[in-house]
Amino acid sequence: MSALEWQIATVTKIAPETAKVKSFTFNLPAWTQHRAGQHYDIRLTAPDGYRAQRSYLIASAPERAGEIDLTVELVEDGEVSTFLHTAVRVGDGIEVRGPIGGYFVWDAATHGGPLLLVAGGSGVVPMMSMLRHRAAAGATVPVRLLYSSRTYEDVIYRAELDGLAAKGDGLEVFHTLTRSQPSGWTGYARRIDDKMLGEVSGPFGAKALTFICGPTALVEAAATSLEGAGLRTERIKTERFGPSGT
Amino acid sequence: MTEPFVTRGFSGRPRSAGGAKDRIPPGQHEVKDFPVLSAGPTPRIDLAKWELAITGLVNAEAKLSWTEFMALPAEDFTKDISCVTTWTKLDTRWRGVSLDLLLERVELDPRARALVAECYGGYTTNLLLTDVLNGQAFIGYQFDGKPLAPDHGGPARLVVPHLYFWKSAKWIRGLRLVAEDRPGFWESNGYHIRGDPWKEERYSGD
Repeated sequence: MSALEWQIATVTKIAPETAKVKSFTFNLPAWTQHRAGQHYDIRLTAPDGYRAQRSYLIASAPERAGEIDLTVELVEDGEVSTFLHTAVRVGDGIEVRGPIGGYFVWDAATHGGPLLLVAGGSGVVPMMSMLRHRAAAGATVPVRLLYSSRTYEDVIYRAELDGLAAKGDGLEVFHTLTRSQPSGWTGYARRIDDKMLGEVSGPFGAKALTFICGPTALVEAAATSLEGAGLRTERIKTERFGPSGT
Repeated sequence: MTEPFVTRGFSGRPRSAGGAKDRIPPGQHEVKDFPVLSAGPTPRIDLAKWELAITGLVNAEAKLSWTEFMALPAEDFTKDISCVTTWTKLDTRWRGVSLDLLLERVELDPRARALVAECYGGYTTNLLLTDVLNGQAFIGYQFDGKPLAPDHGGPARLVVPHLYFWKSAKWIRGLRLVAEDRPGFWESNGYHIRGDPWKEERYSGD
């Protein structure tokens, strides 16, 4: 297999998603079509040769040629995320390589569904790539996304998710807000639990292809619960980040 | 690239000379916690049914129950570990049984060059014998003086500290000795066949 080469991507857009989350658009001189769910590595190099490197999940659809969006959460004390959030400007060159990862991926044409997506916080990023891919490919695979955020303001891609769900083409989005809820909130208002997973996954029965991404505790709990509810282990794919994971 | 690229405005964290820095492989950063990464749900394994099978190119295949495995001479290991997702954790403390001891019991067939670690949950990873013999690998069942937690691979996981940690297969249930080193799970999904952090063997072709 050929080596995955580092390339200098140009930042062409920086868009705030929430107070702690920004999306960066990178123009790639050597673009390779990714699969929804894959990631890129970013490498920062100081003048003395010191380097810091992290992996970030791709948010954009594979159908967008020549560029990718990476959505990055500002991690407390995070060396790379802090630099990206505070120092990077449009026009900067950043070393990246990818796409990487061949397991936590979803292709509308080959994998089908129905698709159950469970996300916590910025764990929604690869799910967004999958949903954007689904929309771009014109697929109508039934999808149910259960997405846990702390507060209403912390919901990443809120408007876009609303818009995609409003098309009524088989995507349903279920939010849960664990810390505080705006007045009149009709969604869930607690941590993801067995009952909630049962309600969201219920219509798909045991046949759902499941992707779970988020903090370790959420992923562990959701995967164990769904397995207990009869979903097949090999149809449950997980991606976790601990405090230091990404 | 002919000239080394420098990221505009990046100076990085303050660096101190020597010390722990010399133990952090290139592209890695030190963490104090212990992140969890797995491709699927965490298997719950009943110790009464747990088994470690050593099969393939050996003179006498062996199957060990948990009780038999616990009866083997164990050692304490303090090792630095590096995950391909770029975290490195220094001085992790383990207790386990060395692979030297396990493989001695079954006697290797001279054709054996590699092994496939097989796990509850279906995960596999491949390792050259030159990467696991002579004190380089063990099956760990205690971490920091406590039984290894399920999400970290308990009851027992393979630990090969000098390679990226995906090689340290969680929920180990078998070692299959083979003549040829063939890609396991992550190695078939874009990751490097060997995975040496000091050479930054992260992905296929690195």
